[in-house]
Amino acid sequence: MILILAYAAVLLSFASGLLALLMNQRDNLAALSRYGFKKYPNTIKDGQELVFCSLDEQRFPVLLKQAVFVLLGMSGIFAVLAGLSVLISTDIITDRISLGLPWLPWHVRFDGLSGFFFLIIGIAVSTVSLYGPAYVNAYEEDRHPFAALGLFTGLFVAGMLLVLLADDAFMFMIAWELMSVASYFLVAFQHEHPANRRAAFLYLLMAEVGALAIILGFGVLAGFSDGFTFDALRNAQLSTTWGSIAFGLALLGFGMKAGIFPVHVWLPEAHPAAPSHISALMSGVMLKVAVYGLVRFCFDLLGDVQWQWGVVLLILGTVSALGGILYAMMQPNLKRLLAYSSVENIGIIVMVLGLAMIFLDNGHPQLTALAFLAALLHAFNHALFKNLLFLGAGILHHQTHELNIDMMGGLIKKMPQTSLLFLVGCMSISSLPLFNGFVSEWLAFQAALQADVLDNGVLRSLIPVAAAALALTAALAAACFVKVFGLIFLGQSRSHHSEKAHEVTDKSMLAGPALLAALCFLFGIFPGLVIHLINSVSAQLLEQTMPNDSALGWLWLAPVSAEQASYSPPLVLLAALLAGSATFWYLRRSPETKTMRRAATWDCGFGGVTSRMQYSSGAFTMPLRRIFAKAWLIDERIDKTMQGAMDQDVAAVHYHLHIHDHSWPRLYQPIERGVNSLAKRVGRIQTGNIRTYLGYSFVTLLLMLWVVSQ
Amino acid sequence: MNGLIAILQTVLFVSLAPLLAGWLKLCKCCLQNRKPPSLLQPYRDLLKLTRKHPVVAEQASWIFTKAPYIIFSATLMAASVVPLIAVDLPTSAGADMIVMVGFFAFARFFLALAGLDIGTAFGGMGSSREMTISSLAEPAMLMAVFTLAMAASTTNLSVAIAHVLNEGLVLRPSFVFALFALILVGVAETGRVPVDNPATHLELTMIHEAMILEYSGRHLALIEWASQLKLMLYGVLIANIFLPWGIAETFTAEALLYGLLAIIAKLAVLAIALAISETLLAKMRLFRVQEYLSFAYLLGLLGLLSHIILEVSH
Repeated sequence: MILILAYAAVLLSFASGLLALLMNQRDNLAALSRYGFKKYPNTIKDGQELVFCSLDEQRFPVLLKQAVFVLLGMSGIFAVLAGLSVLISTDIITDRISLGLPWLPWHVRFDGLSGFFFLIIGIAVSTVSLYGPAYVNAYEEDRHPFAALGLFTGLFVAGMLLVLLADDAFMFMIAWELMSVASYFLVAFQHEHPANRRAAFLYLLMAEVGALAIILGFGVLAGFSDGFTFDALRNAQLSTTWGSIAFGLALLGFGMKAGIFPVHVWLPEAHPAAPSHISALMSGVMLKVAVYGLVRFCFDLLGDVQWQWGVVLLILGTVSALGGILYAMMQPNLKRLLAYSSVENIGIIVMVLGLAMIFLDNGHPQLTALAFLAALLHAFNHALFKNLLFLGAGILHHQTHELNIDMMGGLIKKMPQTSLLFLVGCMSISSLPLFNGFVSEWLAFQAALQADVLDNGVLRSLIPVAAAALALTAALAAACFVKVFGLIFLGQSRSHHSEKAHEVTDKSMLAGPALLAALCFLFGIFPGLVIHLINSVSAQLLEQTMPNDSALGWLWLAPVSAEQASYSPPLVLLAALLAGSATFWYLRRSPETKTMRRAATWDCGFGGVTSRMQYSSGAFTMPLRRIFAKAWLIDERIDKTMQGAMDQDVAAVHYHLHIHDHSWPRLYQPIERGVNSLAKRVGRIQTGNIRTYLGYSFVTLLLMLWVVSQ
Repeated sequence: MNGLIAILQTVLFVSLAPLLAGWLKLCKCCLQNRKPPSLLQPYRDLLKLTRKHPVVAEQASWIFTKAPYIIFSATLMAASVVPLIAVDLPTSAGADMIVMVGFFAFARFFLALAGLDIGTAFGGMGSSREMTISSLAEPAMLMAVFTLAMAASTTNLSVAIAHVLNEGLVLRPSFVFALFALILVGVAETGRVPVDNPATHLELTMIHEAMILEYSGRHLALIEWASQLKLMLYGVLIANIFLPWGIAETFTAEALLYGLLAIIAKLAVLAIALAISETLLAKMRLFRVQEYLSFAYLLGLLGLLSHIILEVSH
């Protein structure tokens, strides 16, 4: 039954993709229906009219787009239902589908871990499909065909869901490739810009290199077992060395998809290129599928976790988290900024997963469960708020035709509802109390603070350093999102477009983000709802739940014990509301001073506060740019144009600021040069002469014969 | 009963905060050979401001007018968590020290947004500087707090203070580091010399004042009160974590009164120390603040490491 729900989710997403293909087939459909009705003339008249009506030239595209997104939304709802029911029933369901090669059926397994990620995907897909119809209307059909967008969106979602269902390496890789390739086409959707084509190619390249690493990782496991099913891989007996090699390959493969530093470079290129609802899915959900892969590979298939791997994850996660937020802060392009912030959040997840590994190998199963919980909860929370922010960025782009935050400003008055939803997203991602981002970060700190149970002195001192970096990351994230919200929504408009902007007219576009914002707040106040679900995941995977998550009831969160740490968001909310409203009432009780007097902004007596006097993105982050100067490649230039006698008067000043990623010159350009020079060397034997090639074949043949005869 | 005492403690916190500010000003004036205003002047100022008609800039959105209430409530929440006169109160369980730091972040988030809301250069400058300084100060503060949390193996402030109290006077190297880190962070976060000067409105040096330049009337009163609360909160943290003696462990009237007198005495001494340091030191350049704060961060980290390396027995 539960599996039927899951299959229904996959099939519906396929169906939505296929339905989108009908976009250009209106005439054929009309002909077909005329033919059908002629052949069976006694069908109901109303039905005929309905069909012809919907095939009308004007209405057909609108109806079809809605139908595609309705199917996609239903797929999301079914995914949520499937995920919830498997988490609540705590069953492990297995199945076989006879697809593919006759002697290699696809093995399907649906357990708590898959169910949890089904839930994440389901929520994201449902909200995106609420948002989608209005958003895609902005695309002109002849330049950006909806058929392509809809088809690949459906395939992309189906691929992600299938990855979660896979129980053998074949099905996993096929689904993984489906997901990667479909999303490549989505990134390349607006291919008229060379930058987008370049971004899409970079993405495809890294996705495929990553996939190769994953295949090799499975191969290492399969070498020690008798088959490619996950059950066989689970029973593989690996030496520590081979285990570490498999871990390294999996980390590279899944890390490339998840965007761990330094293999994150495709993220900031690909996310701005894709349409906003797709970047929401890619950043909010696809990265989580990579996290799923890492968890499945390390905790489930490899099983015998080594603490050294945990240290690797801890260090890489810390570097990603800090690097991600530092780069995010410097981006003026909103979607690039959000992409870098995804690197940061994935870094936090990976860091906490590393903690879980360290605790697991050192024999602290309860703390493992705590760290594991923090990691999965952060994955869930990040999916919610990052989706919200990307959809918000989509709305902003839709209304202002701008993604550069230096060109916005003052939108809070023009777009009050969007601004409120965006504010919730910013507060969640800055991990402020009462919002969901805080809970997972709090749990991560709680896990890190238990480091003194470890025997290894190096580990004991390494973990607090990571916690310190996490604290710095959280504080920098708050600074970054103050900048984002402040520059976009507050102050005065910085450009003509944002001056003219107004709230979205199609309210369905706000419904998706509103749902996500409500969930961000709900799970910030009642995190217990999700924590119980994750507990059943860790009960299955690690055979260990949190020590006493419900020691004090649903009001409280006490991960270790009530004396050690507790947090009660509902009580805090209540007290804060009481305090706030009491002061509000008390200070406004006198009718004389209740009203506020509006007056011109203080301009120091010089007159004329203009929007150009406001702080820009570059100005806001200037102190941090100076403090952490080594973290970026900063290209800052001031050009002065001189005029007048002796060229002494400044006519115009131009300020250029470009921030580059260190990983390009340090890592990728050497690789590029290496590949190029290698190709040149290989090129030497390619003479273009058929006789030489025949000679090569002959020598190879001889060599092979010699090998065989040995 | 416990709940009542917790509320009483919070009320005491709120009502004593302006007094501490007045005392600090008095000490500073005496040190600088000026005639001090009355000890109760901060109360008069607050009262005067609440009676005035607030003037709001035309640009301002709801963020600007609601931010003071949010800032005040968040600071109040933080204050209610910190044991002032008694330990083992229920409010400490609702939010631990990480949440307390989170409350500060909450207040600062809205303060910085309010600074950006008007769209003047001053507001942006203040917000940018405040977020820069706090993004260095907040982790340093967490490091200091974590040292305590690991030593007492709890993040519940009340339990942690009780732990220090029961252990008696032990000279722990980690606590010395953490104490210095917390003092440095406290000075930075409450905007005192040498990081910021609360008494100046000079463009080049303002941080906190730049953000609240446009505020007036009851809004200004709330923000001023919140920053007085914050100053007192750091004082209480330093006093009660590192020198918890005198704080009430039982809820008898006598013990509570004794606790109150003890904390007043401790805060009075701390304020004198702050006044002396403010008189002796000059304000730093903005780009020296990072060195100061990374020193605090390092101290916090050293405290944590020295706890882990030296003090954990295995």
